[in-house]
Amino acid sequence: MIRKVLSSLDQAVADIPDGARIMFGGFGGAGFPNNLIQALSRKGIKNITAISNNCGTREGELGVMFRNGQVAHVIASFPGPHSNYFQERFAKGEVTCELVPQGILCERMRAAAAGLLGFYTTVGVGTEVANGKEERVIDGKRCILESPIHADFALIKAEKADELGNLTYRLAARNFNPIMAMAAKVTIVEADEIVPVGSIEPENVITPAIFVHRIVQAKGMRFAG
Amino acid sequence: MSDKVPTSDKPRLTREQIAQRAARELTDGAYVNLGWGIPNLIADYLPRDLTVYFHSENGILGMGRRAKAGEEDFDLIDAMKVPVTLIPGASFFHQADAHLMSRGGHLDVAVLGGFQVSEKGDLANWKIPGSKGSGGIGGAMDIAAGAKNLIVCMEHNTKDGAPKIVKKCTYPLTGIECTNTVVTDLAVIDVTPEGLVLREVAPGWTAEEVQACTEAKLIARGNVSEMKLS
Repeated sequence: MIRKVLSSLDQAVADIPDGARIMFGGFGGAGFPNNLIQALSRKGIKNITAISNNCGTREGELGVMFRNGQVAHVIASFPGPHSNYFQERFAKGEVTCELVPQGILCERMRAAAAGLLGFYTTVGVGTEVANGKEERVIDGKRCILESPIHADFALIKAEKADELGNLTYRLAARNFNPIMAMAAKVTIVEADEIVPVGSIEPENVITPAIFVHRIVQAKGMRFAG
Repeated sequence: MSDKVPTSDKPRLTREQIAQRAARELTDGAYVNLGWGIPNLIADYLPRDLTVYFHSENGILGMGRRAKAGEEDFDLIDAMKVPVTLIPGASFFHQADAHLMSRGGHLDVAVLGGFQVSEKGDLANWKIPGSKGSGGIGGAMDIAAGAKNLIVCMEHNTKDGAPKIVKKCTYPLTGIECTNTVVTDLAVIDVTPEGLVLREVAPGWTAEEVQACTEAKLIARGNVSEMKLS
């Protein structure tokens, strides 16, 4: 069996290079791979493109990466009311931002996962999201062309992983994690618990192991607010 | 935007009363998404004999009441990060499927807050012109583009008295021709191919008085009835 379980968070992110494109799961304080984010920040990575729904909660979640000036560009849907470290750097022009409607962020990642080269949608037509995008009329509806979002790495959070990389998630901590797991070239998971292969019922697997490349056990870390 | 001021100082509905009136637009068994602001208050005003399956963009159908102190689980939160509970029949799914439900027309009703609605039903609700910072879109554009029935809840006028129901939105748009009904502190208005139809007015208000607070033309057919709140 391929050995995917690693013994440390630092080892799990050791080869992520400066300038990498990285997806980060999580929404509303739930399902963030906070231990992996801390390890990535600790290693002193620079100049990354972050793909994430939000831009941190003060120093929590992605906040630490913005505080330390480690992000050059972010693709996000809702930076959030407590993304102050992102906002400070955005105001100074030290980080650029592409805002994407949240469901379209999901679908652009899913297109990348599915080997699709783009799709047409009515979402964003007539708004500033449509600027610079091809527009056409299909079935009488104005729509715009959206492109896939690829990534070199995805950092995600699961509740349980088996040693092969089959994953389950807890309650609404699932959010973006299964989509990002499918969309990135290398998916790195922090799981509350790692269990032997076969101990998750196949019909209960949410993310199949084919999408998972590295697993590390870590006690969930949550930031208030 | 016109800077015409409201012509009446009669009492208007409170935010809670706007939510209470909007709650009456929901039907038993409906799948419903509530946005930030006034829409989020609607869950508190559901008639007791109604079961509504509330949808959250982070992958929940069947949200119940907010969690009480001591029973919060921070993996079970709504789109505003508030810990919630579930009702029987609830389910979880990932964010793409959550938005598929709103964008694909599977939800019965979506309710959003608004800064401006135009006479064609265009909605502006995500960014104030000239505001600082990056802004944020969230799920509003997906919901606006795909909702089968989009209700916008907002105050009828800004704090300065400027109309929010306008000929053409001047704020950055969320979606075009997407609004079906607007519920404000003065009126219930339906967006129709003929224009904006004034369905109801706030208690004590006349159609003419509501029109005077509105930039867009309102069509009043016969006697416009007063809003009932419960």
